[in-house]
Amino acid sequence: MDLYGLTIHAAHELLKRGEISAVALTAAVFERIEEVEEKVSAYLTLARDRAMAEAEAADALIGQGELGPLTGIPLAIKDILCTEGTRTTCGSKILEDFIPPYDSTVVKKLRSAHAVVVGKTNLDEFGMGSSTEHSAFASTHNPWDLTRIPGGSSGGSAAAVAADECIGAIGSDTGGSIRQPASHCGVVGLKPTYGRVSRFGLVAFASSLDQVGPITKDVTDCALLMNEIAGYDAMDSTSVPRPVPDFTKALESGLHGLVAGIPKEYYVEGLDGEVSQALDDAIKLIGELGATCREVSLPHTPYAVATYYLVAPAEASSNLARYDGVRYGLRDATSANLMEMYRNTRSRGFGPEVQRRIIIGTYALSAGYYEAYYGKASQVRTLVMEDFKQAFQTCDVLLAPVAPTPAFKLGEKLDDPLSMYLSDIFTLPPSLAGVPGLSVPCGFSREGLPIGLQILGKHFDEEKLIRVGYNFEQATDYHKRRPEL
Amino acid sequence: MAKITREQMVHVAQLARLHLDDAAVELYTKQLGDILTYMDTLNRLDTKGVPPTSHAIFINNAFRDDEVKPSIPVAQALANAPESEDGSFVVPKVIG
Repeated sequence: MDLYGLTIHAAHELLKRGEISAVALTAAVFERIEEVEEKVSAYLTLARDRAMAEAEAADALIGQGELGPLTGIPLAIKDILCTEGTRTTCGSKILEDFIPPYDSTVVKKLRSAHAVVVGKTNLDEFGMGSSTEHSAFASTHNPWDLTRIPGGSSGGSAAAVAADECIGAIGSDTGGSIRQPASHCGVVGLKPTYGRVSRFGLVAFASSLDQVGPITKDVTDCALLMNEIAGYDAMDSTSVPRPVPDFTKALESGLHGLVAGIPKEYYVEGLDGEVSQALDDAIKLIGELGATCREVSLPHTPYAVATYYLVAPAEASSNLARYDGVRYGLRDATSANLMEMYRNTRSRGFGPEVQRRIIIGTYALSAGYYEAYYGKASQVRTLVMEDFKQAFQTCDVLLAPVAPTPAFKLGEKLDDPLSMYLSDIFTLPPSLAGVPGLSVPCGFSREGLPIGLQILGKHFDEEKLIRVGYNFEQATDYHKRRPEL
Repeated sequence: MAKITREQMVHVAQLARLHLDDAAVELYTKQLGDILTYMDTLNRLDTKGVPPTSHAIFINNAFRDDEVKPSIPVAQALANAPESEDGSFVVPKVIG
């Protein structure tokens, strides 16, 4: 058996029974990386020496009978979460050599749980993109078809999970950056409720939207990672002080009594035929498993792309003002004065998509345009939120597509930013509303590309998403398929 | 009519502290124009009286105790600086 192919829970059972060691498991993951990384290009930084030391420490603990659910489990971390002593680039030249002086809260929690950090995964620069092509360092390739994008911005994490280059991974999601790559790579991804997981040490893109979450091989692993990373953190004033449930309790059979809404605005022109068919089959199956499915309306869905692409760039333009060549990161050393240094540093350090979004955001916030753009978008955001509130009065969950098509070709949308933005249509509304969303594999196209089902829930009701995802997974085998590499 | 002029783009780049060469000004003027035209779809909605949302989860006054805790030592805080001297960040001349 190939150890790298294990899920978190399967590896844990073997570690517990003493049948494998954390060192052997971690070594197997690094062997796998050596074998396939050249094709996939999921990682920006590998932390082999430290990972092997962490695995040895985990084995020592296991030897003493101290074994938690993540002890000795090799995980990949999106390179937008600070890791003390390990380079954190955000996929940007401006942070190419940045070594954080502290761990993000999520990484700290994973280290306290004695997980092994394999390395840092590729992403669209600062999380801005839907294809991972906007990384300053490399394009990640979809393990199911190396000529296609893995999705983004957490494309490296999703591809690493799909290619068995780690046992599980952490991503971040601002407008779909966990759910969409999970869908395109045939793995499970959860964007938790805004405020459920600490953002401390997550490099900020759009602070009212950013959220950290797991990308895993199945729903059980998703619940296990959520158990470790969720919870209030005094270091993040937007994290919400409420108790964290044991998410594995939601892994129970049966969907009887559950009402699933089908938002009619999500099944429209532009949705690929094969995606539509896979979704229809998934909805039918969820009905057969005991849920009552009924049509609902989220009338402001058509406005979500415009709203998001004003709100998120506006926040980004403000957040990214900190990269000024003074305290950390790149500095243009040729500039004669401070203003020139700011401008040259930022234009050399940021890639085209980041500069584009800073420009959109700066324009939307600038005098004379604020009301017409940012102000208007903030009002429409209220309407989008009301849509969800209304739908959740009669439904426990909503069932939707993740992306309108399976993974597109590398380079296909690179020169057409608006068409790239429009591909986010199904993941943006839940982000604006702050509701949680789970992406689970629900089929394959004729070309063998994965298709994902998006399960949405009320604020802080991740348990129901996990329950629906788990039941769906138990009744299907899509999550068990692996790409040939 | 173009949504945004070249001059406006140059002004926005200045506000954003970006240095754009001529080709970049041209490209971003066109792309921002297309994107803003798309954003106009929002004007189809009457939002009179709709309160704006800046945060999806309502949190009122996130207070915590004001405890003194150790912070990052100066040397560590300066470790990533492009240039530092005597415990400070060094920047190019500010006043010409």
